[in-house]
Amino acid sequence: MTSVEGLLGCEQDSQRTLSPYVTGTSVIGIKYKDGILMTADMGGSYGSTLRYKSVERMKSIGKHSLLGASGEISDFQEILRYLDELIKYDNMWDDGNSFGPKEIHNYLTRIMYNRRNKFDPLWNSLVLGGVKNGQKYLGTVSMIGVHFEDNHVATGFGNHLARPILRDEWKEDLSYEEAVKLLEKCMRVLLYRDRSAINKLQVAKITEEGVTISQPYSLKTFWGFNAFQNPSKGAEGTW
Amino acid sequence: MARFSPYDNNGGTCVAIAGADYCVIAADTRMSTGYSILTRDYSKICKLADKCLLASSGFQADVRALQKVLSSRHLVYQHQHNKQMSCPAMGQLLSNTLYYKRFFPYYAFNVLGGLDSEGKGCVFTYDAVGSYERVGYSAQGSGSTLIMPVLDNQLKSPSPLLLPAKDAVTPLSENEAVDLVKDVFASATERDIYTGDRVEIVIVNAEGIRREYIELRKD
Amino acid sequence: MASIGTGYDLSVTTFSPDGRVFQIEYASKAVDNSGTVIGIKCKDGIVMGVEKLIASKMMLPGSNRRIHAVDRHSGMAVAGLAADGRQIVARTKSEATNYERTYGEPIPVKELADRVASYVHLCTLYWWLRPFGCGVILGGYDRDGPQLYMVEPSGVSYRYFGAAIGKGRQAAKTEIEKLNLSEMTCRQGVVEVAKIIYGVHDEAKDKAFELEMSWVCDESNRLHQKVPDELLEGAKAAAKAALEEMDAD
Repeated sequence: MTSVEGLLGCEQDSQRTLSPYVTGTSVIGIKYKDGILMTADMGGSYGSTLRYKSVERMKSIGKHSLLGASGEISDFQEILRYLDELIKYDNMWDDGNSFGPKEIHNYLTRIMYNRRNKFDPLWNSLVLGGVKNGQKYLGTVSMIGVHFEDNHVATGFGNHLARPILRDEWKEDLSYEEAVKLLEKCMRVLLYRDRSAINKLQVAKITEEGVTISQPYSLKTFWGFNAFQNPSKGAEGTW
Repeated sequence: MARFSPYDNNGGTCVAIAGADYCVIAADTRMSTGYSILTRDYSKICKLADKCLLASSGFQADVRALQKVLSSRHLVYQHQHNKQMSCPAMGQLLSNTLYYKRFFPYYAFNVLGGLDSEGKGCVFTYDAVGSYERVGYSAQGSGSTLIMPVLDNQLKSPSPLLLPAKDAVTPLSENEAVDLVKDVFASATERDIYTGDRVEIVIVNAEGIRREYIELRKD
Repeated sequence: MASIGTGYDLSVTTFSPDGRVFQIEYASKAVDNSGTVIGIKCKDGIVMGVEKLIASKMMLPGSNRRIHAVDRHSGMAVAGLAADGRQIVARTKSEATNYERTYGEPIPVKELADRVASYVHLCTLYWWLRPFGCGVILGGYDRDGPQLYMVEPSGVSYRYFGAAIGKGRQAAKTEIEKLNLSEMTCRQGVVEVAKIIYGVHDEAKDKAFELEMSWVCDESNRLHQKVPDELLEGAKAAAKAALEEMDAD
């Protein structure tokens, strides 16, 4: 590791994020018939402590985009401030043009990569969805600037647990109801297996008509499996 | 405790073969991190000039940054010289661009392919910090160790030790070269987990640019 | 022009013996020769209108705008040198954005007007600067309701119910005074402003003009916007009709 630390040189004592404080877990986004759907729970973890339970991790950006974030909540809110200012300045041209999701995604890509080049990263994985001129767009950016577009994307644990489900079950012309059902299936798996996931989530929708972010709600769960109630049955000698 | 690392390895394999009047540039479209596949459809090939393409694997964010630098440098070149940059010129530019970040390198493994000013196929192959060489064929990236010996065996490039120097272009016809590329990718996919999903093959010749895709194993 | 030849009009840092700074007065002259700009405060918002004189028939309609958005909830109309005006607009935008970055809420219109006035005034204090050859009307909407300010090249700024600068300001002010602003909606205000601009325009002496209008009102969700096309066209038609009626009398 010395090679990287050596690069810091005399800036060693300056402040930068070495590890995150309050974090949010997975975000999932998918394309469906009329646009993009995104979902994330509302937990904010302080290490392994569930510190906040009403964190909004999905926000609309301008007229055509929706941004979801996992990772450091404060960094996400800083990013929102950058974007608000960007959109405001763009708006003041008053020429009827506005940023689409593609432009916003590219902008985020450059912001994240620039900060990693300064060894001062914004500690997030971001999902950006949107619709403009009938074009659906869904992409993601990581903390160090890795980015791509796909029909379905997920951050963090979602990459391991949700995307295999999405690869099996996603199709181009999902209806709104089918798409929400698919997202809830993914979120339920995450709720069971990701310990920082909580059962209070939102679903956000963006179409040509605009953004709607649902009220928080919870999923039906079932914990009555035998293996849960009698964890050591059939495996005597274990605790 | 999670610690910040500015690099990631997103995998991928790139191959290029130069012929007498053509060049084949190919790369798979899988992008991974660790044991996860991020996407199965990400193009690693970037068209930099009319007859010059760059295939790169490694750390995707660095690769994209590198592509953007080269594209904008090429735009300025066009404004100043009113022509497309030649492939050998782009080769030198790429080397300089990589070396410029010698002490915080672009983690990118590049093969540059195209036609030179005489219309002959050319391939340039690089390491991450800019040392480069003009060759007849090359493979870079996660599957390169599996592919390179096969190319050595099949293409029978004349030894660089021979004097006077022999031309490095391969004796294969364009179609034979494309078929060889398909075979080596199918083979690499069997053993390299970072190679798979699909190969994008770009063929540059006097007529222009043509693209082909073939599916690979998705596991 | 008794001042000419005395030498007291060459610098902004020298007073004349009777206590005037001539350079600032000359800057005001640049404003006085410009196309008329007016702003009114109606009961539900602000309406601003500009008589934009067209220098050349070959110019694209809508170009060289004189009304600019400076924040989501405020706009600025410029009389005088348009290029100087853009400098003030740029500063106003950055003041507005800076305030919001620091305090997390939109800048109050009063605060914005104060900051713009300070900036304009600053440029009258140093020998290496020249005062701005323009006056601006700033209209905005905040928690205290709609407000209208005018900043002059000297750096003074006052809050108004109705303000006018430029060539036709005297006639325009007389007309604004006749309006019942406290009862009027912006929708009605747009027509009145259009009538005044058309009224003060001297077709015989002046070049052709384009009417440029914006508003910040409840109807525009308290955002600064261009007046919608159909409303603007309606107002123009009403203004032309009123003119013809006057000519007939």
